[in-house]
This record gives sequence, structure tokens and C-alpha cells, in this order.
Amino acid sequence: MITLPGLPRSARILARGLLVGVLTAAFLAPFYLMLRNSLMDSQGLTAPEWTWWPSTMHFENFTALFDDPSVSMGPALGNSLLIAAITAPVSTLLASAAGYALARIPVPGRGVVLALVVATLMIPGSVTFVPTFVVVGSMGGVNTLWGIIVPGLFNPFAVLLFRNFYLQFPSEIEDAGRIDGLGWLGLYRRIALPSSGAMLASLGALSFIDSWNSFLWPLVIGQDPSAWTAQIALSTFLTSQTINLPGLFAGAVVTITPLVVMFLIAQRYIVEGIATSGLKG
Amino acid sequence: MNSATDTTVQPEPAGRPAVTPRGAARTGRSGPGRPRVGRSGWIAFVLLTAPMLIGLGIFKYVAIGWSFLLSLSDARGTISLGHWVGLDNYQTLLSDQTFRDSLLNILLFTAFIVPVTFAASFGLALLVHRIRRGRALLRTTFLIPTAVSYVAASLLWKMCLFNGLPTGIANMIGGWFGAEPVPWLQSTSPPLYWIVLVTLRLWLQVGFYMVLFLAGLQAIPKELYEAAALDGASGRRLLTGITLPMLRNTSVAVLMLLFIAAFQAFDEFYNLFNSGLSGTGTAPVQTPLVHLYNTAMGSQNYGLGSAGAFVLTALIVGVTLIQGRFTGFGRSGE
Repeated sequence: MITLPGLPRSARILARGLLVGVLTAAFLAPFYLMLRNSLMDSQGLTAPEWTWWPSTMHFENFTALFDDPSVSMGPALGNSLLIAAITAPVSTLLASAAGYALARIPVPGRGVVLALVVATLMIPGSVTFVPTFVVVGSMGGVNTLWGIIVPGLFNPFAVLLFRNFYLQFPSEIEDAGRIDGLGWLGLYRRIALPSSGAMLASLGALSFIDSWNSFLWPLVIGQDPSAWTAQIALSTFLTSQTINLPGLFAGAVVTITPLVVMFLIAQRYIVEGIATSGLKG
Repeated sequence: MNSATDTTVQPEPAGRPAVTPRGAARTGRSGPGRPRVGRSGWIAFVLLTAPMLIGLGIFKYVAIGWSFLLSLSDARGTISLGHWVGLDNYQTLLSDQTFRDSLLNILLFTAFIVPVTFAASFGLALLVHRIRRGRALLRTTFLIPTAVSYVAASLLWKMCLFNGLPTGIANMIGGWFGAEPVPWLQSTSPPLYWIVLVTLRLWLQVGFYMVLFLAGLQAIPKELYEAAALDGASGRRLLTGITLPMLRNTSVAVLMLLFIAAFQAFDEFYNLFNSGLSGTGTAPVQTPLVHLYNTAMGSQNYGLGSAGAFVLTALIVGVTLIQGRFTGFGRSGE
């Protein structure tokens, strides 16, 4: 792609440097624009002349978000945090437990169980929001946080990933555990689970991101402002009739910041998680 | 794989050391009578798999079954069964012009976004892979948009980058080259909103697929390149002779993931075109999921909405299977 035969080495290095520079600017520009716009006032934002950075930063755009009850950004952020903080560990643990049993405990008929799990992989996730709505609705889950959370706890794909992981688990360690008197549950809890830290962190981080950014299901099931997630609050704000430009960008910054921070801290696990799930996928 | 499980297949009273050598376990497997795990094994298996199986049972199997029956019912404003109408819902749906348009739209969108994202993520992966200094920083730069939601990105694309004002970023850049400002989202001839849709999704997801390609590139043994270089191959020849063939599995996986994701597009279409009270009715372009959302949640016609879910599922599964047949993907898997 970037091998340019016939050019001197220095020219090639220069060309590559230029490409890297342009790409970096293009990928980071949206973050800069969001932050800049969130700190400007309405007149500045719509003015014909360009300003790189507001001379006075309008932090009140952010406080206004939390004072305005029609935006409901504060409670929505709380909901999102709660939902993601429950979904990520619980869905990952459930998948790990099932994956361990399917990989390690040779009961007859586990092939059938595995087939039942794999079959659900064929069904594309968001297309089935109507069937899921029917079931969750009949259980009284409309406008509740558990209605948003519970259907997302069962990830058949993660079961497969964990099953593969435990199939490659060296059996000598488990043998040692057996000598120490552990049963199957003990082997899982004391040996297999503590050795799955990187895997749990990777898939947990991806699950947290998915949960925080998910839009269609919370939109379907949480129509009442009390059940709004941060994404729904932001979307309602965006599509409402009154346009408050600086406020909108402040809202975007507020909903993005937690994930960007997490991304920078846990990047190693996120990259690993993407690579494992994609290569198996 | 087998050797890993062999030592565990034996009667297992908890607390007794497992000392059966591998050979013995293997002959036990091929001999008469399956290996038994005893009651403790069963209890553990059930305890560990039950939460997952119950969850999948309710939210996948029961949901799909119930919804299938609803798709054969007249279920407006209700999710109870009883008023059977046969295949009427399917007929209504397939003869609905807006639904057929939405299918055409999603095919067009897929035809744009899949090759563009594929090529861009492969290119970025090659760039990051070859660079020596600052590789981690560059990877982070391309990956960080993955953390952004479609809602937030739609907001920025609609209100800042492509807002149609002369001060909008896209129009400003166009102005440097002498172009007149254009209303990106409203203009239907030419349909400029495709540029908005494709750039948005590209920015959001290209880093994710770049990581997949990077993992594939790192798995290629260096010796291959060294041997080929000794034979005098270089540049383009290395790319087409080694890199591309070795990335075959990754490419197939990326294509399939891209296709499935594109077909379920909803978030950005909803947020870019939905403007408050006017709803999505005025949107120049709808996807099948947006149509389904309006049918099921707007008009509360759960029978018709269920029928739509099945038509779409059938489409995605069908294309995935055809793609799998052509590329041989998944055969060696489970």
C-alpha cells in the first residue's frame, strides 16, 4: 500500500509521515470539535468566522445539562452506569461457567446442550427486538431497568469463546486440584476461574462498551424518562424541537468521557478481546 | 483438544486423585460403555450451565416461538395470541412499498460500507504494522472512535460536520476548493446523505476491524517473508504472495461481521433523520430495522412487526450461509 518503488528512502519516509499526520488529524478532529463546541456559546457556534478555541470557556453548558429536568442527563447517566456495571461482570461470568462445563465436564448429552447454545448464534441480535419485547413486556419489564438489563445477560458467543479457552486449559493443573480434594465446582471456582483473568477482563470490557453504547433495545423497552439511559437522553435531546447547540455537544462529551477514559486505561484488554472474538467469529 | 479432556473422563468421586494415565482413558473412550462422570459431575454441569440455558431458553427460544405465532396473528396493540390470520402479515409486509424500499436501501448501504470499511481497515492495519516508532499511539488513535456511540457520532455529524451551513466543516473544506455549500442530509439529488452515513460508520468501526487484521498480520511467521526475500521477492509481490493468502480466514471473518452489522443498521439512521415531532416519516432513507421499529413500536402492530423480524432473520441467515458455502468458513469450527 505505502511501498513506493523508485523513490528515494527519504521521500518514502516523508510520504508516510504525511499520511500518518493527515490520518491522525482526521481521526481525532471529531473529538476536538465536540470539546470545542461544548465550551462555546450559541452566538460563537453559529458565527461565520472560525474560532479554534473559545476565548472564554462556557462550563455552564455542562451544569445546565444536569439542572434541566427535561434533559434528565444526571439520572440517565446513573442508569447507564448501573446497567453496564451489572451487565459486564454478570454476562461474562455466566458465559464462563457454561463454557467451563461444556469444555470440561464430560456428561453424556453435552453435545446437545452445546448445539442448543450454538443454534441461537444464528439469530442476529437486534433484529429480534420484537420477540424480546413480547417476552419482556409480558413479564412486566417495560420501563424498568431489569427489563433493559436481563435480556442482555446471555451471550452464546461468549460461551463458545470460553469453551475454546477451557479446552486448551492444561489438565495437569486440574489434576493437582483433584489431588487436593476439589470437586468439579471447586475446580472451576478455585482453579479455572482465577486463571481466566485476562479473558474475563477482555470480554467484560467489550461487554461494558456494548452495554453503555447500546441504543435500540433501551429505546424499545425504556420509553419513560425514569428508565432512560444516557444514549436515549442524548438522542431525545438531539431530536427535540428546541435546539440548544452548545448543550447538545456538552451532552455528547459527557456520555463519551467515561468510555474514552476506560478505553485509555484498559486498552490492552479491549484489543485482546476484539482479536479473540473476531478471529473465532 | 482431545488430549486435554482425556484425563478428566473417568468416574470421579470428589476428592480422589485422578491417576489414570492418558492411554488408559483413551482406550476407555473407544471401548464399550461411555465414560461416566458420576452424580457430582452431573450436579456441577447443571449448576454451571443452568443460568445460561434458562436465559437463552426464555429470551431466544420462547421469544422466537411466541413471536412466530404472533406473526400468524392479527395482533394490534396486544401481544396475546388467538386471532389467526395465516400468512396475511407476511403478505402485507412484502407488498408494502416502504418496506421494499428499505430492503433496497440496506442493500445499497451494505454495498457501500462493506468494501470501504474492509479496504480502509486493511490499509490502516498495514500502516500500523509496518511503522516502528509510535505504533501503539497510532493504533490507539484509530481505535478510540470505537468507544463513541452512534448517537453521539450522529449528533456531531448532523450538527457540526455536515450541518449544511456555510460554517459546517464539510462545507468549509468544500469552500477551500470553490464548492458551494450544500445541505448534506436533505439533498436527495444527488443523494449526498450517503456520504454522511458512510463516513460516520467508517469512523466508528474501522479501528475495530483494523485490530482484527493486525492480529492476523502478527500471526504470519516472519520466516515466510525472509525466505521470500531471499528468493528476490519484494514489495507488491510479498503482499499478494504471502500477506493476502495468509489473511484469508481473517478476511472472511471481517467480511461476515461487516455484512451482519450493516444489515442491522438502525442507530445512525434513526438519529440523523429523526427530527422530533415530524418523526422518521420524512426521512429520505429508511432501513428495515427503522421500518420495523415504526411498525412495532409506533403503530403497535406486533403481528406485522414479528413477521418483519422473521423476514429479516431469514435474509441475514440465508446470505451468511451462502457466503459460508463460497468461502468454506465455519466448516472446521464447531
